[in-house]
Amino acid sequence: MRTAAQVTVESVIKHFVTDAGIVRAVNGISLCVAPGSSLAITGPSGCGKSTLLSMIGGLEAPSQGTVAIGDQVVSELGDEDRARLRRRQIGFVFQSHNLQPFLTAQENVSVSLALDARTDGYERSLELLAGLGLGGAVGKYPDQLSGGERQRVAVARALVHRPRLILADEPTGSLDADNSVAVIDLLKEAQIEVGATLIVITHDAAVAERLDHQIRLRDGQVVQDFDQPTLSTGDGVRV
Amino acid sequence: MGPLLHVQGLSKSYTEAAVETRVLDGAGFELARGETASLVGSSGAGKSTLLAILAGLMLPDSGNVYFDGQDVAAMDETARAGLRARRIGVVLQNDNLIPFLTAAENVELAIKLAGGDRPGPRATAILGELGLGDRLKDLPRRLSGGEGQRASLAVALANQPDLLLADEVTAELDSANAERVLDVILGASRERGLTVLMVTHSLELSDRTERRLRVVDGGVIET
Repeated sequence: MRTAAQVTVESVIKHFVTDAGIVRAVNGISLCVAPGSSLAITGPSGCGKSTLLSMIGGLEAPSQGTVAIGDQVVSELGDEDRARLRRRQIGFVFQSHNLQPFLTAQENVSVSLALDARTDGYERSLELLAGLGLGGAVGKYPDQLSGGERQRVAVARALVHRPRLILADEPTGSLDADNSVAVIDLLKEAQIEVGATLIVITHDAAVAERLDHQIRLRDGQVVQDFDQPTLSTGDGVRV
Repeated sequence: MGPLLHVQGLSKSYTEAAVETRVLDGAGFELARGETASLVGSSGAGKSTLLAILAGLMLPDSGNVYFDGQDVAAMDETARAGLRARRIGVVLQNDNLIPFLTAAENVELAIKLAGGDRPGPRATAILGELGLGDRLKDLPRRLSGGEGQRASLAVALANQPDLLLADEVTAELDSANAERVLDVILGASRERGLTVLMVTHSLELSDRTERRLRVVDGGVIET
């Protein structure tokens, strides 16, 4: 089993230039997420949650500060290395499942492995889909699946390469309450099974409570740490 | 040699709030190898439904689609997946790129899923042809709507398919980029016999294809 990744965010700032001027979407956040733990990031729309997650996953570069996954400083990697890191070490789940409409569930799940020319994609994707209760859906297209089923396929796609880190941006945002709890429990179980660290953005308190730790953002900063005070440091959140 | 695509008696209905709407009602047409055709019709006429059935994404209630003489519905799933991966390229209205893969990785993935060789150089070449040579390493979120649409077209053309099915592929593009995209598609038809069926609302675009098909009253007519 691969080792879960520690995530270290140091004094990260991300600003965007807009017509209205410079907007600091993330304004000096530091936090450290212990390997194998799970963290919920909550906060109102526009508070910087998705931007922070994007920087952790190497989808965006910070304007200042550093993000490290294990001992790799993501923001110092070149394009190729960052792409490889995303593909091999991180599993992404988004609110919109982003499944390919002309690929079957099985094909959608195995894309990360196919890109790395791995030959075990077929078996691994079947095993995962069966484990997620989708054994009968392997040959179906996204349009033939319910919303909850599509999101479970997206979860399987995020897990197929046994990532060290799972990043989920509102993974239950388009689901009803029952499906939301089911998907978040699947993510937690899978996180333990593959031995990964899990970070989830959510608006849903019931979802956040199912994770080990929570932080809340507002205006690009951490404003509330739901953990025991002894776990927090003066210059960041240690969970 | 028969037509590449032979569509016969396709019917498809949707039921919503106990009201049945018949979108396609016995639609049929043929496309010869290397032909280019636009598919026009009013909104809701059934153009996208027809395209989805031809792409194998949706099953008709009745009727048949023959691709290169083979009844697509009679194929097993492996054969149908192979057909889609290697012989049919599909571009839908949304860009359908995988968000955590770069533009080049999205194209390389399509080549690898089809078992193709030299995925890197081929992805670079097709993205370059579509004016995205400086966007290879960009993630879809960094691409404009038009760039994302062109990257999707690169995915669809990456395996040199026999048939391209495209839904409003130039809708989000400015005129210069729409021209560029059309040049690539029609050039592929001239040079290597790509057969093309493009859904469009644009009369200018439909003037550029050899045939114009119209979906009307559930059927397909030549206009």
